[in-house]
Amino acid sequence: MTELFHPKSMVSETVLDRLLPMHLQIAPDGRVEHVGPTLRKILGKDPAGCQLFDLLSVRRPAGVKTMADLVPLESVRLAITLSHAPSMVLRAAFANVPGGKGAILDISLGLSFAAAVAEYDLNIQDFSPNDQTLELLYLHEANTSTLRLSRSLTEKLQAMHAAAEYQARTDALTGLPNRRSMDRDLDRLLTDMDEEISILHVDLDLFKEVNDTLGHAAGDAVLVEVGRILNNEIRRNDKPARMGGDEFLILLRNMGDLEVAGRIAARLIQKIEQPIFYDGTKCEISASIGIASTTQYAERPTPSDMLADVDAALYAAKHAGRGRFKVHGVEIEEKRAP
Amino acid sequence: MHGLINRALQSFVEVTYGPRIWAEVVSQADLEFDEFQSMLMYPDDLTVRCFEAATNILHRPPSVFLEDLGTFVVTHEPFNPLRRLLRFGGEDFAEFLHSLEELGDRGRLVMPDLDMPDIRVHQEDGQTYEVRARWKMLGAGPMLLGALRAMADDYGALAFCSLAGVNEGWESLKVTLHLDDHSEGRAFSLGGVSA
Repeated sequence: MTELFHPKSMVSETVLDRLLPMHLQIAPDGRVEHVGPTLRKILGKDPAGCQLFDLLSVRRPAGVKTMADLVPLESVRLAITLSHAPSMVLRAAFANVPGGKGAILDISLGLSFAAAVAEYDLNIQDFSPNDQTLELLYLHEANTSTLRLSRSLTEKLQAMHAAAEYQARTDALTGLPNRRSMDRDLDRLLTDMDEEISILHVDLDLFKEVNDTLGHAAGDAVLVEVGRILNNEIRRNDKPARMGGDEFLILLRNMGDLEVAGRIAARLIQKIEQPIFYDGTKCEISASIGIASTTQYAERPTPSDMLADVDAALYAAKHAGRGRFKVHGVEIEEKRAP
Repeated sequence: MHGLINRALQSFVEVTYGPRIWAEVVSQADLEFDEFQSMLMYPDDLTVRCFEAATNILHRPPSVFLEDLGTFVVTHEPFNPLRRLLRFGGEDFAEFLHSLEELGDRGRLVMPDLDMPDIRVHQEDGQTYEVRARWKMLGAGPMLLGALRAMADDYGALAFCSLAGVNEGWESLKVTLHLDDHSEGRAFSLGGVSA
């Protein structure tokens, strides 16, 4: 029993230990006389006899270095750190004991509660039943769990959303972008930008024959192979799409040169004319291509302008015989395949 | 009904009886999805349909099924966060029993839309307790029975729990606590959660 308590006082060390398990009793000269059991557990030793400011330092308010500095700080919210755990900021309240018998400093875990409880393995009985730290811990833990659940739901929904988006703009058979995707790109490029582009409208020749004689599975295999060729023969920024059936569209970015567009079309026809083997059977097809470029218009064309013109060019190419390309507004050329 | 509760029902069926049984429940209950999401709300009707489909498929009496479900949510390892939150209720099983009255408030503190049963605890004498529960659907009693038995083990207490009838919507349990420190119980440290 320290000198702190009047013999007739209701309060004793035991009572204080029970109600304030993290308090310190300090002699007028700054010597620590007693610490509550939980604080003792945190300190890892009984610091009775130590000087208070060897045990801890006051972070806020600034400049509190001695007992004399503490005396006027009753009912001020103090932020302190213990010397052996300088990164853990705790909260403290200070009170002078009447009659100049010293003082009491009561510490609480403040916002360091989660770290402190884990670090010093504190348990339910280490807290006063009145201490809300337990409820804070409960909330902290519950929040962590629900946050995890929310995050996992969000991730799931995001993945489903991405998969649905992908499906909505992809042709399931060839894996190429579909008509919807191409329409959106054409609209964006022709409306919002002034970049020169060219469009190749590709329609397979003899495809119906493959389908009719070898079956739909062979037809599908041919379409997949054509998709692969289109993907391989264009630059990274260009975009192929399957528009439906045996029709494909290719969008050539930054391409106003119809000579180059024609060479690309000729190369595509040549590649598509290479025999494709399905289940050991040779499938031979070809392709007709219509071409148009934004450079051919006095004003920026709309997507439907360009699609109508490239369609007409494709029709003329077909009409002139298989395996040809035709540039919109230009007389048909001889077949260019080497 | 809150997705957490539906999800618990789903996990219980999947883990205890296998994913094929759950697929059968989904089909018989006519769900339009394969799994419940913990953080979404669902119409109560779906929960009832799943529950009826499950007891029907498994040929289990509803009260037995619910009791097993109650045990499952406390003991199944992935649900450990729930067990830990329950352990915050008290240092020993007796304190925990009393804390059941706060269960609804504690639940709503975390999830305001969580529909928890209303629970009353009455200590009849030194070791006998009457625990009464009322919920928006029948079955809180047997579910609580399973959960309390598991929590008694968790605390290492020797306690006998049994159903004690239904009165005006309140489902009663009788709990006789013989020894609070019968065995080691499961470890619980306040700081034991990984953030």
